[in-house]
Amino acid sequence: MWQALQTELSGTNFQVVSVAFESRGIEAALPYIEAAKPTYPCLIDREHAVAALYGMLNVPMAVWIDEDGQIVRPPEPAGSSDAFRRMDRATGRMAAEDITELRATKAAYLDGLREWAHIGSRSSWALSPEEVRRRTAGPTAEQALARAHFQLGEYLWEHGAPIRARAHFDEAILLHPENWAYRRQAWDLEEQGKSMGPEFWKAVEALGERRYYPEIQTP
Amino acid sequence: MTTVLINGRAAALPTGAPGEGPWAPVGQLLQLTGWELKPEGACLGDLCVPLPAGDGFVRDGWFSLAALAEYLSQPVAHDPETQTWCIGEAVRDRTSALDPAEAPDFRLTDYLGMEHQLTDYRGRKVFLVSWASW
Repeated sequence: MWQALQTELSGTNFQVVSVAFESRGIEAALPYIEAAKPTYPCLIDREHAVAALYGMLNVPMAVWIDEDGQIVRPPEPAGSSDAFRRMDRATGRMAAEDITELRATKAAYLDGLREWAHIGSRSSWALSPEEVRRRTAGPTAEQALARAHFQLGEYLWEHGAPIRARAHFDEAILLHPENWAYRRQAWDLEEQGKSMGPEFWKAVEALGERRYYPEIQTP
Repeated sequence: MTTVLINGRAAALPTGAPGEGPWAPVGQLLQLTGWELKPEGACLGDLCVPLPAGDGFVRDGWFSLAALAEYLSQPVAHDPETQTWCIGEAVRDRTSALDPAEAPDFRLTDYLGMEHQLTDYRGRKVFLVSWASW
């Protein structure tokens, strides 16, 4: 999905690095990678280690890192917006204004990326270290414990104890309810496809006025 | 059998521990967990933390991993049915030297099995983006 952008920006030093959070491993990700034929690296993160390291709570989320290894934009939805919540779940159809909103959010984000690729720190999308620090919240003790339960759950799932695994995924979700990667990965490990099923929509509805994808703070 | 997930590995702990929780024989501590007891304290590679004397870390030649985790404020998850423990990463405190604006390094393999490290891409603008099949 990012190949067009990588190709378009090939004259700059812009580099897409994609990370798949896939506890099922390469096999689950491979059909999508083969279809996209990407020239950029596609890393497989079975244990969601990068998610924990950077505080990515869902997909797709992205971090922008400059030439010196400094974060210039901490994790945020990579152009996604909440308009998808209003789709007709039977047909997948969306109202025209929702489609417009989805496209506009995505386009604004991609334009920001392009600007940064071309002019770097002079882009108003590139945040100062102070602003990055201000926007970065380290994990709380509860969230760190949630991560330990998620790791334990993954290990148990891989070692033939899916029911015990589910108990620890539940514990992780209880301790860190905003982490949709925990929820969706756990559903997927129960049954592929379940992460977009009725349970998912019920959990999204339970958000009420709260957002599913946090708002992208545009300049 | 007791298993402990610690420092990126899964260690099968020998039986005969002197108490509840995950314990490792002092002589096998390094090989099993990555931790090593030295005069300066408990060491993980170059990083050492001094241990307060007589605080229940060592008993009859065994080292308590739970006591160390508690001392270091590391989260501990436990599955009693399978006797599996997971000792997670401590929350970085405010005195930590790590700057949240600095991108933490990591190593992962790509779908072809080749290893990549984030620092391989120094000098480029990296768009680190997550996705999943689910």
